[in-house]
Amino acid sequence: MSAPNKSYDPVEVEALKPEEIERMRDEALAAFAAADSLDALQEAKVAHTGGTSPLSLANREIGALPPHAKAAAGKLVGQARGAVNKALAGRQTELEAERDARVLVEESVDVTLPYDRVPAGARHPLTTLSERIEDVFVAMGYEVAEGPQVEAEWFNFDALNIGPDHPARGEQDTFFVEGPDGTADSGVVLRTHTSPVQIRSLLERELPVYVICPGRVYRTDELDATHTPVFHQVELLAVDEGLTMADLKGTLDHMVQSLFGEDMKTRLRPNFFPFTEPSAEMDMVCYVCRGESVGNPDRPCRTCSSEGWIELGGCGMVNPKVLTACGVDPEKYSGFAFGFGIERLAMFRHNVEDMRDMVEGDVRFTRPFGMEI
Amino acid sequence: MRVPLSWLREYVDLPATETGRDVQAKLISAGLEVEAVEHLGADLKGPLVVGQVLTIEELEGFKKPIRFCTVDVGQANGTGEPQEIVCGARNFAVGDKVVVVLPGATLPGGFSIAARKTYGKTSHGMICSTDELGMGDDGSKGIIVLPPETEVGKDAVELLELVDEVLDIAVTANRGDCLSIRGVARETGIAYGLPLRDPALIDVPAPNAFGYPVEVSEPVGCDRFTARTVTGLGPEARSPIWLQRRLQKVGMRPISLAVDITNYVMMELGQPLHAYDRGLVQGTIGVRRAQEGEKLVTLDGVERTLHAEDLVITDDRGPIGLAGVMGGANTEIADHDDLEKATSDVVIEAAHFDAVSIARTARRHKLSSEASRRFERGVDPLAASAAAQRTVDLLVLLAGGTADAGVTEVIAPSAPRTISAPADHPDKVAGVEYGRETVVRRLQEIGCDVYGQDELIVTVPSWRPDLTEPNDLAEEVIRLEGYENLPSTLPKPPAGRGLTPRQRLHRRIGRALAGAGYVEAPNYPFVSEQVFEQLGLDADDPARRVVKLVNPLSDEEPALRTSLLPGLLGALRRNDGRGAHDLALFETGLVFHPREERAVAVRPPVDRRPTDAEIAELDAALPEQPRHAAVVLAGAREQAGWWGKGRPADWADAVEAARTVAAEAGAELTVRKGQYGPWHPGRCAELVVVVDGTERVVGHAGELHPRVVKALGLPARTAAMEVDLDVLERVGDDTPQAPGISSFPVATQDVALVVDDSVPHADVEAALREGAGELLEAIRLFDVYVNADQLGEGKKSLAYALRFRAADRTLTVDEASAARDAAVALAGERTGAALRA
Repeated sequence: MSAPNKSYDPVEVEALKPEEIERMRDEALAAFAAADSLDALQEAKVAHTGGTSPLSLANREIGALPPHAKAAAGKLVGQARGAVNKALAGRQTELEAERDARVLVEESVDVTLPYDRVPAGARHPLTTLSERIEDVFVAMGYEVAEGPQVEAEWFNFDALNIGPDHPARGEQDTFFVEGPDGTADSGVVLRTHTSPVQIRSLLERELPVYVICPGRVYRTDELDATHTPVFHQVELLAVDEGLTMADLKGTLDHMVQSLFGEDMKTRLRPNFFPFTEPSAEMDMVCYVCRGESVGNPDRPCRTCSSEGWIELGGCGMVNPKVLTACGVDPEKYSGFAFGFGIERLAMFRHNVEDMRDMVEGDVRFTRPFGMEI
Repeated sequence: MRVPLSWLREYVDLPATETGRDVQAKLISAGLEVEAVEHLGADLKGPLVVGQVLTIEELEGFKKPIRFCTVDVGQANGTGEPQEIVCGARNFAVGDKVVVVLPGATLPGGFSIAARKTYGKTSHGMICSTDELGMGDDGSKGIIVLPPETEVGKDAVELLELVDEVLDIAVTANRGDCLSIRGVARETGIAYGLPLRDPALIDVPAPNAFGYPVEVSEPVGCDRFTARTVTGLGPEARSPIWLQRRLQKVGMRPISLAVDITNYVMMELGQPLHAYDRGLVQGTIGVRRAQEGEKLVTLDGVERTLHAEDLVITDDRGPIGLAGVMGGANTEIADHDDLEKATSDVVIEAAHFDAVSIARTARRHKLSSEASRRFERGVDPLAASAAAQRTVDLLVLLAGGTADAGVTEVIAPSAPRTISAPADHPDKVAGVEYGRETVVRRLQEIGCDVYGQDELIVTVPSWRPDLTEPNDLAEEVIRLEGYENLPSTLPKPPAGRGLTPRQRLHRRIGRALAGAGYVEAPNYPFVSEQVFEQLGLDADDPARRVVKLVNPLSDEEPALRTSLLPGLLGALRRNDGRGAHDLALFETGLVFHPREERAVAVRPPVDRRPTDAEIAELDAALPEQPRHAAVVLAGAREQAGWWGKGRPADWADAVEAARTVAAEAGAELTVRKGQYGPWHPGRCAELVVVVDGTERVVGHAGELHPRVVKALGLPARTAAMEVDLDVLERVGDDTPQAPGISSFPVATQDVALVVDDSVPHADVEAALREGAGELLEAIRLFDVYVNADQLGEGKKSLAYALRFRAADRTLTVDEASAARDAAVALAGERTGAALRA
């Protein structure tokens, strides 16, 4: 605030005529309106609100006015400056908005551009499908058991009631492991199924035993569209007091429902395996046609060859001889077991047409399966 | 086992409307794996009739001999006139009865017959061979010549039983009884609730003293031996059509009447039989174990050196047959083609041999026959005398022979087998209340005699040697009551503990590597021994000690892997060859190392739990099987694109993969310069952890040696990492601890240190960390700079960003600087590092 002006200059008083103030105001407003950029507005701002602008000068003159005129002039100039500042702020906001809009438009990109800088990896479907099955049973309270892949014949055969002369022993297409000094009869094989893990589980664990045994197994089949010498099985073993075939059936039903949907079911057909008695072959309803292709030539089903059922694997009540070989009292305990091949399950669940695709490690095959299936 | 429905119907009165598919469904549900139903003659349409050749005119001037024949087909052609037919076969003569297909007919395969001009004549039909009628092999390779008594004009479709259905059954190893029509008929009868007309229920004369002399000196191996003699077989007698047809339908080739009859009876009753030419057998027939090294030429013409455990049939000279497996050539009955030498007298053997002994002999001599297959799986011992009688009857009926009155039967005494089981045992196994009445009825249906109330005493039938335990009886009851009728219940396992740390680690590593862009590629574990050469392993490298297979799929790859790299690099090369060049693959899996002390696995008995010592011995015979993880990389790790340049995969990616795996395991991994076979000597990191206070190398990572890249045909600069997961898991800490988080401001200080080229960053960083003390929150190397002009020859500059922060206060600049100076000072002391000017 400037000090009170004691010496009046009558000439200057002229400048505070209302018309003059209005003119100054109008000129400022016009200049702001005419400014078409923030820079132009800045210039207009300096010209019309700066220290040497007419309104500022006029404002300064107020102090020089006689006291009786000060109030009126102050009001007059104050109102004009108010209007000018308001207009300036308004225009400032307008122009900034325009600029922002323009810049954002200029910064726009093609959002459809790819960003495959490091292409995604993936886990193999046989791994993730096995885990998926494990998880179904882990949720029920089962534990996952593992064992060696190079296995003693006693675990792979003898303890499973496949004695040295059992016809089934010759049917398994076994890889035999050379013994010390290259001897052929080492008593050691590449396991032909994951069943030896059942034996190990019964020997190592406290009863009751509820385990799921996934893993690699080996048979001397040449690789072709439907066979592979190295494949994967999942086996289940439950040994407890009072287990029945109905429990086996219910467990199988639960599994296929978990993997394929609520309305799935299984079917058991009598069969023979040395390590189970009674034994059964297990089928599940074809999850593609749900059995509707049976006797319906207009709607053939490739997945089940219009049979309505898909063969899953073998199962049964653990042969009491197997329990005996593991030191479990068959009078007190009973058990059930089942096993099936993961490759086969993957083939029909994921429409894999050729076994070779699953063993060759081609990244084009594996990538679409991602982290989990 | 192939079972013609027409033959089956002979023993079970199936409803006439039942089709093969119907029977299949019933039998599958009862437990017989009927894999297929073959429709014989499904698309066959007559007229197909018996004709008699009247005239044959040989047509000249063609590339092959052609005959123009007239054939009397009776009234079958509507006119009664001789049918004119052109024929290319030559194995028939005027007067022969043949099978004629007339115009309008369709042969199997949809082959329609019409009158047509050929070789300058019009052929009104065809004279047929077995092939053309889809009958299977009869060994004749020509047209069918029917027995002379066949009636002209008769319908040949019916005569030759051309229309039939055949069930193809995969008989399981326990059901030897179903390797016969009799056994399948029994199952069919049970499945339909119909009685069986048992073909083994025939009158058999009592044994007497004047049969062919037989001496069984090995009653354990042979508990039953029936011998019968038939004399005066007609040398020209041939197997009738029905007999040939049945053999063809079950998949056997008709050979000669006597052989066909023994085969037929075997198929009918399941009892293997053997016919000896009596004129060639010298003296008493004996059964004994072979002498080690004894020789026998079997019917297939192979001379076999016998083992002391082989059971043999002998005469005065020595072995004349490998018991239950195959007869000897020296007593073979002669074919009817050579009438002079044709067998006229035969001795029929119907014996019962020990299953295990036969299985071992068959395996030892790699000789599986129809007979051995049956004995291994169990033959009904009580059917032997009936089978011998059946054979005798057919030889008399069809070959015009005379049955000798002598009947020899050598029988080792044995009692019927019984099983005792609680009457509710099947209920307990099934989880269903069948009740005693149902259990007893079902057991009686399969031929058991059942006594007792709560505890059943069950005598099993002679044809079911597989029934030995209470659970076997339970299975019979449950399958006959229907597996499909079992309820569905869930057991209640005790609460589980979820996955083990090892299992969770395995999953985490897979996810972490896949998350880092690696694709999982599990490989076969089979490797060649040359691959170790290609990988540049030293001659004494422990990885060269391998577990070998006796029977590898390929002789090129007889060993099991000791490293994941051969398989994984193979997958890399395969992908590269298929046009994918930017590759990052991983695998986790077992490798196999033989133990220092190699042992043969023991065979503890199975009637009790093995002792801990026995289990330890079993495990000691197995190789070490640690789980490894490995990655391989080639091409671009980061792709070039609109964002800028790409970056090739290199040694650093491989090392980083090791860090990723170790981090997932919670293992403290030390990376230091190493040198190992497959890797580039200047770009190889040794991966080290501390196990029980001792440093241990758990793997390597880096760029592969250019020589290895060349030897294995890999893309240039392929990088790889392999690490032992089991060791990482052992040293890993599964439970990460939370750090204290300070909210006071950070003070950042950068330092550039000049060191000798040979000084590893890891050493400099370790010194800086230690020197900086506890105020240091983080340290990061952000630049490595080499410039001889500025730094001097053999020097490099390492630039670090140090972040300081206190837990309880805002650090002053002086405090941060003091900590930095202490860090630099220690680095200088330890590594000769100097602040860059």
